Amino acid sequence: MAWFKRSKENISPDTQKIELPDGLWEKCPECSEIIHKKQLEVNLWTCAKCGYHFRIGSHEYIKILIDKGSFRELDKKMRSADPLQFTDTKKYTDRIDETILKLNLFDAVKTGTGKLNGLSIAFGCMDFKFIGGSMGSVVGEKVARLVDKAYKSKIPLIIVSSSGGARMMEGAFSLMQMAKTSARLARLAQAKIPYISVLTDPTTGGTTASYAMLGDFHIAEPKALIGFAGPRVIKQTIGKDLPAGFQRSEFLLEHGFVDIISPRKELKSTIYNLITLVS
Amino acid sequence: MAKTILDFEKPIYELEAKLEEMRKLSDNLDIDKEIVKIEEKVKQLKEGIYRDLTRWQRVQLARHPERPFTLDYIYNMTENFIELHGDRLFRDDKAIVGGFVQLGDYKVMVIGHQKGRDTKTNLYRNFGMSNPEGYRKALRFMKLAEKFNKPVITMIDTPGAFPGLEAEERGQAEAIAKNLFEMSRLRVPIIVTIIGEGASGGALGIGVGDRILMLENCWYSVISPESCSSILWRSWDYKEQAAEALKLTAPDLLEQKLIDRIIPEPLGGAHKNHQEAAGILKAVLLEELAQLTKIKPEKLIEGRLEKFGKMGAFIE
Ligand SMILES: [Zn+2]
Repeated sequence: MAWFKRSKENISPDTQKIELPDGLWEKCPECSEIIHKKQLEVNLWTCAKCGYHFRIGSHEYIKILIDKGSFRELDKKMRSADPLQFTDTKKYTDRIDETILKLNLFDAVKTGTGKLNGLSIAFGCMDFKFIGGSMGSVVGEKVARLVDKAYKSKIPLIIVSSSGGARMMEGAFSLMQMAKTSARLARLAQAKIPYISVLTDPTTGGTTASYAMLGDFHIAEPKALIGFAGPRVIKQTIGKDLPAGFQRSEFLLEHGFVDIISPRKELKSTIYNLITLVS
Repeated sequence: MAKTILDFEKPIYELEAKLEEMRKLSDNLDIDKEIVKIEEKVKQLKEGIYRDLTRWQRVQLARHPERPFTLDYIYNMTENFIELHGDRLFRDDKAIVGGFVQLGDYKVMVIGHQKGRDTKTNLYRNFGMSNPEGYRKALRFMKLAEKFNKPVITMIDTPGAFPGLEAEERGQAEAIAKNLFEMSRLRVPIIVTIIGEGASGGALGIGVGDRILMLENCWYSVISPESCSSILWRSWDYKEQAAEALKLTAPDLLEQKLIDRIIPEPLGGAHKNHQEAAGILKAVLLEELAQLTKIKPEKLIEGRLEKFGKMGAFIE
């Protein structure tokens, strides 16, 4: 559950956006194409040349998947209570306060209801940039309540995950969120309400080992990193380089853990089709 | 195998050695009074040391190589153990063991992580680190218990789910997630006991239940102190601080309301007396079974949902 290591790795210059002088351009990390930000948004934050999917957050996914103006957020201001009074090189409360100020997000998941091509859905989306998309009490509780919303309103549930795993500053509290969310999903399943898990880059650790892997349908974006242990830990364990494409969406599909790989452009219609086929 | 003595146990062993020496001499010399005095001193020393253990010291005790493991508890507290094997899908994972047993008046399914005691057995047991087939084996056993209406007792003792290449290929995350999902709605009582190390998802993978018990000298958290140190402090040297920060001992978890009950260990730790440790655990399990077996399946499931639903700390 080493989100921190990975998040550091993932924001290194060669894998993440490079701001060009006027801040309006981004360079594709895959093919080096220079893309205007407006163009990027029109392309749903994918590279028109090579198809690379840029990492985006809840704000963007709501734009992509939810009908305009229909999103109603739940538990917007729920925030961490620092149950362990945790301090490492920094106080956890300071880390939280700074992140909230910087990102204008209260924690690593946004939840609510909305319409998807006119269908009412319960929708959750994680934000990797909020402490590595780590799952602590807030993420667990918001996801659990979202599942309950779907259960009580009898509407399909869609959760877009991107997470480095459990949030270690909340110790065992974080761990128990895996059990909490999974138990609620079991009740939802009993009621035969569809749950679609969308896995985006990266989804690892406790998030994968709970709600992200418990969908009736697993849709992954192309080439997303999806796994339990992080690649670095596995490499250390086995003392060998990992094969190309290891723990990527295509690898998971081949091994039977993902149903569909859907480019971002087709995500909304794929979800819509799935829901209508099972309702 | 050679006795493992932890740093903070040394004064006790030294005094005990002295005591042993005096006992040998006492046949010829009249030193019975002095022996009684030293016996008292040993007891006080033990009580003092074990009362004031740091969190890191408890982590060390939880990992003590002479600590009783799942099979030791099974042999010391149950009868008619028939070990079952395999997930019926891929293979038999030796890091998780289980089978039906007679525990007092109850017939139950026992499932637990299994470590080895030396290099050879540890390699065989993969150091108690399960692969996906281990979690699927555990789930198969739980479903069997459900089918025959027998309670499930799980024992957690793992440094984590195995972070290997094949484990990922076979869906480590899915296997654990599925167990959390299925355990939350299993129609028989589940009692979970942390008997050693409870590391992260690998522990929780058999850790959802109606009662969560924890032996006195165990740890249970989202990450090991060492890994936490390496990630947050960017160095392996802060494991003591990380253990303190994670608040991962049994008293911590009881205070956090994440476990229900602490099970005392023999003075000096469970490794000092396997039989006594098993006896204490057995009495507690029988007590809990007496209560849980009276509850209807629907109520059990409702209670489990509520129990884990309450875990968390946030501000609204
Ligand atoms: Zn490109």
